[in-house]
Amino acid sequence: MSDADNYEASTRGGKSDAQAEFEYEEKGLLGRIHSILHHSPALVPLIVLVLAVIVFGLLNANFWRVATLSLIFQQIGIVGILGIAQSLVILTAGIDLSVGAMAVLSSVIMGQFTFRYGIPPSAAIVIGLAAGTAMGALNGVLVAKLRIPPFITTLGTWQIFLAANYIYSANETIRSQELDAEAPVLKFWGSTFEVFDARVTYGVVLLLVLVAIMAYILRHTAWGRHVYAVGDDEEAAQLSGVNRSRQLIQVYALAGFFCAIAGWVMIGRFGSVSPSASTGQLGNIQAITAVVIGGISLFGGRGTIVGMFLGALIVGAFEMGLRLAGADAQWTYLLIGVLIIAAVAVDQWIRKASA
Amino acid sequence: MSDREPILKARNLVKRYGRVTAIDHADFDLYPGEILAVIGDNGAGKSSLIKAVSGAVVPDSGEIWLEGKKVTFYNPIEAREAGIETVYQTLAMSPALSIADNMFMGREIRREGFLGKYLRMLDKKKMEDFARQKLSDLGLMTIQNINQAVETLSGGQRQGVAVARAAAFGSKVIILDEPTAALGVKESRRVLELIMDVKSRGIPIILISHNMPHVFEVADRIHVHRLGKRLTVVDPKKCTMSDAVAYMTGAKDPDPSQQAA
Repeated sequence: MSDADNYEASTRGGKSDAQAEFEYEEKGLLGRIHSILHHSPALVPLIVLVLAVIVFGLLNANFWRVATLSLIFQQIGIVGILGIAQSLVILTAGIDLSVGAMAVLSSVIMGQFTFRYGIPPSAAIVIGLAAGTAMGALNGVLVAKLRIPPFITTLGTWQIFLAANYIYSANETIRSQELDAEAPVLKFWGSTFEVFDARVTYGVVLLLVLVAIMAYILRHTAWGRHVYAVGDDEEAAQLSGVNRSRQLIQVYALAGFFCAIAGWVMIGRFGSVSPSASTGQLGNIQAITAVVIGGISLFGGRGTIVGMFLGALIVGAFEMGLRLAGADAQWTYLLIGVLIIAAVAVDQWIRKASA
Repeated sequence: MSDREPILKARNLVKRYGRVTAIDHADFDLYPGEILAVIGDNGAGKSSLIKAVSGAVVPDSGEIWLEGKKVTFYNPIEAREAGIETVYQTLAMSPALSIADNMFMGREIRREGFLGKYLRMLDKKKMEDFARQKLSDLGLMTIQNINQAVETLSGGQRQGVAVARAAAFGSKVIILDEPTAALGVKESRRVLELIMDVKSRGIPIILISHNMPHVFEVADRIHVHRLGKRLTVVDPKKCTMSDAVAYMTGAKDPDPSQQAA
């Protein structure tokens, strides 16, 4: 025994040998930027957004008008709410391809329950919200209990919900006049009020409120911290006392609930209940785009709802800015494609523990 | 020590996986205030034994007593609530979350009053203060940033935070699984000092390790596990490292004179 542990004696004692100190190390400029971004990844989309607003404003002064900015907010209303749902799921290191389909099916349920079965619209809304939550919970059970990868689960349920939506509605659209006459509450989020000679929809206010609520929950409640923990290291979270399955099912169910809210907002925004709304096909891609540009890591555990909101605003600002500048619409898609790749590249860099 | 009552005691534990018997009528005793090392060859079943007392594995038969009371754990959370904290070899920490977040994962403290009760707001300040206090108690804190992400810490610092977490909440028993396996010489040294520090607070420790010099340095008694059961418990002062390795591998039969009292 005597010889065997002597090799360690050389390291014993001495001032420098205090236990596992937390040292402060000198960092270069890049290192400092890295550690700031590492701590608040939402700064990247914020910087991009500010630059975009400045550049588009210089290209066309109309961009800076309150009316234009309010229009941008209106256009991201639905994507923003779907983005909240998508953010929750992606923070747990999952993905939800069915968000758009859940939104459309929920909106169709709200409309059809009112018009086909004569249920009071407010009750139909509650049923629609419950249906969205149930659809999300189904995703959650498949992911958490049967351990089917989220991508596959939601690729399947996306098709299932979308097909169910066409079958159930018989591809029938409920028109604006019918809604106005019998169920104006379904269109509530599309109604407007005046702020500084600009019209703002209640849907925009709802988006802001939902972003604030979810930002609070993720940051300041145990449930929110557990979302990050499950996404960061599932095994570790489980050993630390987080119930992984329950947490995942709750996250997917809540995502479904938010999609149903988005479905309600869609009715107001489009003025009709349409099973063939483009959201069913494109909603998931648009939401993932907002999430990724907003700096939420697809590997889970990193990013914020506020970042996603900024990501959605960036997409909205690019669409509007390029249109005002008279560019071909394809430029918008091209630039958003570039932004997505750049955002993930930046995320890879930020995720490294030290530069 | 035999006149004292063990704080954690197991008798006749059995765990089978199909035709493999991982724990074969094993006994186990941990006395108050001691460091008990558990050594054994790979596959001897020492980790199954430890998992049985920490709740990660439910034994097929056998009994476990904590402070003289019979207990049955169906998962690690139940063992943790009973006062048995385990520091896993993987450390079970979320790298992207802060030190404070990790220390309180699964047992967060909420604010008093309306904010906590209805808005479920966490009391971050209280948790940060507590975490800072616990780290400095163990001499682990030289800067203020308790909100640093765990991934920015070195291996030894992470081990330190994990041990501090266990010491902060483990009221009765702390289990350390290979705490020095992934560390360099200098960091291992710091972790061993930390283990002695925790011991001096009166919390008994079960130390699972392959590192004989470390085991012989800190352990009061050494539980030698072989072929799924306790072969002997030796006193490190009476036994040499090579004897211990010989018992562990079956090259030699235990010498009664080396047994721990």
